[in-house]
Amino acid sequence: MSDEKKTNSGYRLDDPAIVRGLTQSRFTRRNVLGAGAMGMAAMALPRFARAASPAPLSGQWADWWKKQKPTKELVFANWPYYIDVTDKGDHPSLDAFTKKTGIKVKYLEVIQDNASFYAKIAPVLKAGQSIGNDIIVITNGWLLTEILMQDFAVPLWQEKVPNFFKNASPSVINPAYDPGNKHTMTWQSGITGIAYNPKLTGREITSFDDLWDPKFAGHVGMMSDLYELGSAAMLKLGIEPTKSTPDDWKKAAAALKEQKDKGIVRQYYDQSYITALENGDTWISQAWSGDVFQAHAKGFKDLKFIVPEQGGMIWHDNMLIPKGAANPLSALEWMNYYYTPEAAGTIEDYVNYICPVPSAQAYIKDVIKDAAVADSPLVFPSQEMLSKVHDFYVFKSYDDNKAWTDTFGPIVQG
Amino acid sequence: MSEARPHRRLGRGAAPFLLGLPSWLYLAAFFVVPLVAMLSMSLATGNPLTGYVFSWHFAEFGHAIGRYQDQLVRSFWYGALSTFITLVITYPVAYWIAFYGGRHKASLLFLILLPFFVSFVIRTLAWQFILSDQGLVLGTLKSAGLLPRSFYVLSTSTAVIGGLVYNSVAYYVLPLYVALEKVDRRVVQAAGDLYASPASAFWRVVLPLSAPGIFAGFLLVFVTNVGDFVNAAVLGGPGTNMVGNVIQYNFFNSQDYPMAAALSSILMFLLIVAIYLYARVFGAETIQDYAA
Repeated sequence: MSDEKKTNSGYRLDDPAIVRGLTQSRFTRRNVLGAGAMGMAAMALPRFARAASPAPLSGQWADWWKKQKPTKELVFANWPYYIDVTDKGDHPSLDAFTKKTGIKVKYLEVIQDNASFYAKIAPVLKAGQSIGNDIIVITNGWLLTEILMQDFAVPLWQEKVPNFFKNASPSVINPAYDPGNKHTMTWQSGITGIAYNPKLTGREITSFDDLWDPKFAGHVGMMSDLYELGSAAMLKLGIEPTKSTPDDWKKAAAALKEQKDKGIVRQYYDQSYITALENGDTWISQAWSGDVFQAHAKGFKDLKFIVPEQGGMIWHDNMLIPKGAANPLSALEWMNYYYTPEAAGTIEDYVNYICPVPSAQAYIKDVIKDAAVADSPLVFPSQEMLSKVHDFYVFKSYDDNKAWTDTFGPIVQG
Repeated sequence: MSEARPHRRLGRGAAPFLLGLPSWLYLAAFFVVPLVAMLSMSLATGNPLTGYVFSWHFAEFGHAIGRYQDQLVRSFWYGALSTFITLVITYPVAYWIAFYGGRHKASLLFLILLPFFVSFVIRTLAWQFILSDQGLVLGTLKSAGLLPRSFYVLSTSTAVIGGLVYNSVAYYVLPLYVALEKVDRRVVQAAGDLYASPASAFWRVVLPLSAPGIFAGFLLVFVTNVGDFVNAAVLGGPGTNMVGNVIQYNFFNSQDYPMAAALSSILMFLLIVAIYLYARVFGAETIQDYAA
């Protein structure tokens, strides 16, 4: 790549001189304003506006893509347990892809959570070096916005991914965090709602208000992720997260502080919230849809997942091509392949979050014959359910994000 | 070898320095360089997008203390309390092994170390499982009607301090054992000959002679425990976070490197002051007195 800078010494994360030298030129004021303006323009569009067709490439990236030669390799970095796998450890969907295209896939389960993965790759990408992956999967949120603002992602050559425009669910087309799907395509979506154990709560749960019920004191699980935490409190207060202002954030933080000071919150959990539910430490908890599905499979049949009456939060894990990728054309080939009912269906039958390809439902039902997954409203949500869920607030700048984290951070860190 | 002769005088003068060279290089590479990097980062301003620029921004220290004083105070409190409890628990163990272990001493020490062959995080997670609300211990007591249904131990400061104690046992047993093992049994016998009761022989002879072990173990455990973040993360709840947790948060989650570096520097400074005071009050004098 033309803008790749080689440093022969190892790059040290904490040396301000190096950080400055390598980043100053890549990040200009124009970039920030541009990204911010684009974000706001997109939010004005109706939510399910369909991108009509693949957008043609322009400028330097058109030249860059035309120069790329097809390769027979693909390095795909993903989260653990996020693709189909057989008892022998094979991935049938990847094998079928290799058979069809001749491209060998090196599949890595290296992303444990967004923040620590980003902390690993950001210095390398800032130094203009390759992280050795052709596709990475990142959740929409501040880190994804940060990656896009810093131009760490290669703009997609959308004409090479026609299946996306043919088969993708409207809920993943033209998202506010990446207008026009310029850089990302969704791998899976998920809903953050409430999970509970009716045997311990002693009643059915319907609303975010139940997370504030003093009867459950010491047994309510909240998420340590500040975006999940703040959004849940806003939904309880009837505030639409995407349209919220710093004043709304303060109101939400006050509600969360009250909840904590009254001893209602047991703990602010990361992924371990599901263990706390399984162990009975928490009776009711903020939860991600797919985890409860998998907890059932493990034998914890008591647990229930609901989308509260205020609606849940919807998030998207997105595939993108990091700069310096050695096999970008293979990456596009894979994205195009993924957006077929066959591939998406094969994978979805194992993964059980929300499938971005609605036509995979029929494939799972008729070909794989797994009605439990095909008929699950958590995997293929109805239009009604999708209309109830809320998107996350899209940050416009670093300071915007910092205002959020400064508002909600002290609650979790107390 | 014959060629070495003309250089002999130079060699002799330089020998101590040359022999010390590896440790100097080691200290420079793994202590001085990171320390300088940390201190300079703590004085930087900026954000992850624009990068951080060194700028003598001392205000960051004020912000760090203002925002995280609770966590700082809590870390020292948990650290001191857990170290003291560890001492009370491990002293009899080390005493018994040193005085009555006989030919099984080595095996007994090995048994103390055995759990430490399992990863520290896994062992802490095991407590999460053991102490869970409906688990082995609490679940049984609850179904026997001995505890109220909503009672819990996890997510409390008791659980965090308990975890800190559990994880530091071996680090206290070993220095105590070494000190007690060195106590001359004839001195204890002499105390008996001079009509000291066993209790007073222990308080006036054995305990003072083992003071170096108490001192060394205290430093080892206290410093580790004050900076710990795993126990609070795994066993703690809202309101039990220690300074290690907020450093980790600022480094990985908000990528606020200057804040993380400032907190680390403050922690280091406070530890040095605490250790200095501790050495002044209990350390140097006591050890010298009793050693003499």
